[in-house]
Amino acid sequence: MQEKEDRVKEATIAEINGPVVKVKQAYRLSMNEMVVIGEAKLLGEVIELYADRATVQVYEDTTGLKPGTLVHGQGLPLFVELGPGIIGHIFDGTQRPLSVMYKDSGPFIRKGQARAALDRDKAWPFKPKRNSGDTVSPGQVIGEVEETDHIVHQIMVPPNLNGRLTEIAAEGLYNVEQRVALLEDKNGESHEIKLYHRWPVRRIRPYQKRIAPSEPLFSGQRVIDFFFSLAKGGTAAIPGGFGTGKTITQHQLSKWADADIVVYIGCGERGNEMAGVLMDFPKLLDPRSGRPLIERTIFIANTSDMPVAAREASIYTGITIAEYYRDMGYDVALMADSTSRWAEALREISGRLEEMPAEEGFPAYLASRLAGFYERAGAVITHSGETGSVSVIGAVSPPGSDFSEPVTQHTKRYVSTFWALDKELASARYFPAINYLNSYSGYVESVAPWWNKKADVDWIALRSQALAILKEDARLMNIVKLIGEDALPDDQKVIYRGARLIKEDFLQQSAFDFIDTYSPPGKQVLMLQIILKFIERMKETVADHRVPVYRIMELPVLEEMERMKYTFKGDDLSPFKEILTRLEKQFDELVKREA
Amino acid sequence: MPAGSGLQYLGLFRVQGPLIFVKGIKNIGFGEMAEVVSSEGEVRLGRVLSVSEDLAIVELFEGTAGLSAADSRVRFLGRPFEYRVSAEEVLGRVFDGLGRPLDEGPPPIGGEVRNINGLPINPVARVYPQDFIQTGISAIDGLNALVRGQKLPIFSGSGLPHAQVAAQIVRQARLLEGKERFAIVFAAMGTKHEEAQFFRKDFEESGSLKNVVMFLNLADDPSIERLITPRVALTVAEHLAFEENMHVLVILTDMTNYCEALREVATSKGEVPSRKGYPGYLYSDLASIYERAGRIATAKGSITQIPILTMPDDDITHPIPDLTGYITEGQIVVDRGLFQKGIYPPINVLPSLSRLMSDGIGSGRTREDHQNLAAQLYALYAQAKRVERLASIIGEEDLTPHDRLILNFSNEFESRFIKQGPYDNRTILETLDLGWEMVMMFPSRDLTRVKPDEIQKYGLRKDASQLPETSDQAS
Repeated sequence: MQEKEDRVKEATIAEINGPVVKVKQAYRLSMNEMVVIGEAKLLGEVIELYADRATVQVYEDTTGLKPGTLVHGQGLPLFVELGPGIIGHIFDGTQRPLSVMYKDSGPFIRKGQARAALDRDKAWPFKPKRNSGDTVSPGQVIGEVEETDHIVHQIMVPPNLNGRLTEIAAEGLYNVEQRVALLEDKNGESHEIKLYHRWPVRRIRPYQKRIAPSEPLFSGQRVIDFFFSLAKGGTAAIPGGFGTGKTITQHQLSKWADADIVVYIGCGERGNEMAGVLMDFPKLLDPRSGRPLIERTIFIANTSDMPVAAREASIYTGITIAEYYRDMGYDVALMADSTSRWAEALREISGRLEEMPAEEGFPAYLASRLAGFYERAGAVITHSGETGSVSVIGAVSPPGSDFSEPVTQHTKRYVSTFWALDKELASARYFPAINYLNSYSGYVESVAPWWNKKADVDWIALRSQALAILKEDARLMNIVKLIGEDALPDDQKVIYRGARLIKEDFLQQSAFDFIDTYSPPGKQVLMLQIILKFIERMKETVADHRVPVYRIMELPVLEEMERMKYTFKGDDLSPFKEILTRLEKQFDELVKREA
Repeated sequence: MPAGSGLQYLGLFRVQGPLIFVKGIKNIGFGEMAEVVSSEGEVRLGRVLSVSEDLAIVELFEGTAGLSAADSRVRFLGRPFEYRVSAEEVLGRVFDGLGRPLDEGPPPIGGEVRNINGLPINPVARVYPQDFIQTGISAIDGLNALVRGQKLPIFSGSGLPHAQVAAQIVRQARLLEGKERFAIVFAAMGTKHEEAQFFRKDFEESGSLKNVVMFLNLADDPSIERLITPRVALTVAEHLAFEENMHVLVILTDMTNYCEALREVATSKGEVPSRKGYPGYLYSDLASIYERAGRIATAKGSITQIPILTMPDDDITHPIPDLTGYITEGQIVVDRGLFQKGIYPPINVLPSLSRLMSDGIGSGRTREDHQNLAAQLYALYAQAKRVERLASIIGEEDLTPHDRLILNFSNEFESRFIKQGPYDNRTILETLDLGWEMVMMFPSRDLTRVKPDEIQKYGLRKDASQLPETSDQAS
């Protein structure tokens, strides 16, 4: 009897501990359901159910909240709105539109500002692609909307609907709330299709099948493209202590990567950094389309001073949006900076739930959550038959630059490309500070054909030749550290000097230099060919003609080689070929002189 | 003080460390303030850390020593910790760690009441900081430039002159152009009397005291109070910057003491610790302080933060400097080795960094060659450190001539570029010219980070330097 009465009662707060709130009489709440708390309308999500109690993580500041406050279930898990009006915008971790909030309520984020993610008033030009009477299946395109000048937004049948179109709107302007089609399912029930639909962030969006990644996500960053490539649909992690250049690398990738859409998640990072990105991107042009980068970029910003639970959600909000554009047949690159902050949000919530901690206080499910996130990357055939991909690049911020910590270690298990940032390189202002000995890529074989075709070279051979020199050099450096370079025999000096050329003239790249910031494939290949040719000639000159290394290091072509990355953009390759000719000539002359 | 919601409870259920547990409560909000009145009538302030239907956990800023469980009364105030902000009433004044006057003046009574926790700044509303601040210190201006709206901490160790460096920055900091209203907000957390006194004297001597607000929680003040001090200070700073349009420099010293107070509370609550016993939310908590720096589009003012922290055992990987470095926009590292060599300011530029430097310098801001020159100095100095290690093994005699030149550079760089007097205020142009003098010790072919035309224009210039020697070693 008593129980029956309780069931009529509404769910109310029993206990508050920071962002974690315990709710009693929570019979009607379900797992991962979104809730709205009290008159302030704070947004939260159910993360645990136990008897009549539920635990809710609240996406906003809970100061002032009192036990007894009503909790309203929304009947839906945490979702995002997917439709035109996402590109070029900035959202918080739960997809609240930050620019709208700024316009409405000023520079500070106040509590309980529920806002629709997509603009309800904006009219979009809709073009139908199907006719009334057509049978359609989930994910099929029924029409399109031009979202930006070079992104056509496909309007698809939502993944959970299936049947016959009984009505489709004529070409014209529609806002996202207007019906553009009516679909009748096999039970004879009618469903409205609008320009947008909702999708729960924690559920993977379906596709037809996965395919193996085969094309590099080309970014114009030499150490990445040439040595540790990432494929479209692949995963990469970029771990590094503070100041090693994680964020700059992420920014470079989001600026120059040849993806159609870039989703940039600032997860628990600096506000000023987001401000910098928001200032830069409208001004920068996409090297391929010539359009402002902002027209292909989506920002999710949950800076470190914003509530911690929303930080946990931001990663999922981002990847769901990425999957949505993938479903239209686009190549999407997602940057998450930083996944460590997300993992810390998990730890913080877990701590407040008084869960048994595993390593370093992180919950035991850290590894499976990381796996679940990275596995949402991939190249796929979509339901509409197109190929699309989501590439995921996650920054990791290991405490004290110690890569043995749990987040780095677990991430390593689920990513195929690993760009290890090195503190020592960074403090010598050697950028990008990607350590060429610890980093690796699992996509070398798969992207090789692309390179071979692009530059007409045996890319793998070129790459391994350079890496072999670097590896040998690492061994020599230990000796040099102890006894100095002079003590090396000449053939080893050649390697030591040669490796330095690869490191300084090829691998080092300035993100701030107008020319050096982006290297096209042809330039990359020729630059390395020049350096390897120099090393080859140096070896032979030393071995066959007994010319001392220091004489070779006086050749004037060296200065040209040092400056070639800053001097020539690489759309015209002839200057590089000329350097190569001069290089050969100077060696020939040197040999003649010495003889 | 007013009784707030008027709810008053007699007796404490449990007292543990700085925490009290109050039973049988009703209608208490998370994070609201409480006053505990001891049997002697002494009033202590506290804050609700956790609340359930009949139990509230309250942290007391002034500690629990001397409280009796039976006779103490708890009054809940029905509001979070708030502070009145009013520029006229705080400038030139000294307050304690909770914002109560320490001078003869009255507590602020005008102005609006603000929650000291502040509100997150919408990233869209932020203005990217780009205005170079000249500190007159070459190691900072030349290689780790500070810009308005940046948070740039000083990482130091016990016994190192971080206070002198901070004071010199406060004394000398100015923009390259324009005269604008400025203020200094100084928050001391667990700071020694001497150090607080040192700063006060320095503000006085430089004549800036009327623009300074001081919040002092000294080493012998209650440690939990430290959790409030920076937040009160930043609430005042936000008012000055974003409502009064002043340019505010906030000095927070010492953040290590703050973190220790946070750990103390977390431990008493029985929370699951993460690294070195610090709570798992240390990052978020520090971010809620550091992120209150910057500029916003709706105001002309700015908040520039210089937090000071002493690294326990000079260990930069300790959670406090480590998490700080992940939030702040760089760090200035004060180094024991340089200090022992007698170099002031002992700033080790290699682990130091200013993330906002590249956008705050260069043509139209400082000088076009600034970025490349800084990169060149870094590269040479990093090389010099490697050669120094080598020299300590094989001896200087066995070094190549090039390596010996590098060692020579290292000495010159430390003793002339880095080293300067505490009252030596160098202009940015002086710093850059001095930097060129340093790099021109090398032939131009060794200078790969600077452009040939920059070498021509600034390196080989006869009048390149105001210092007696000219730089023609390169020829």
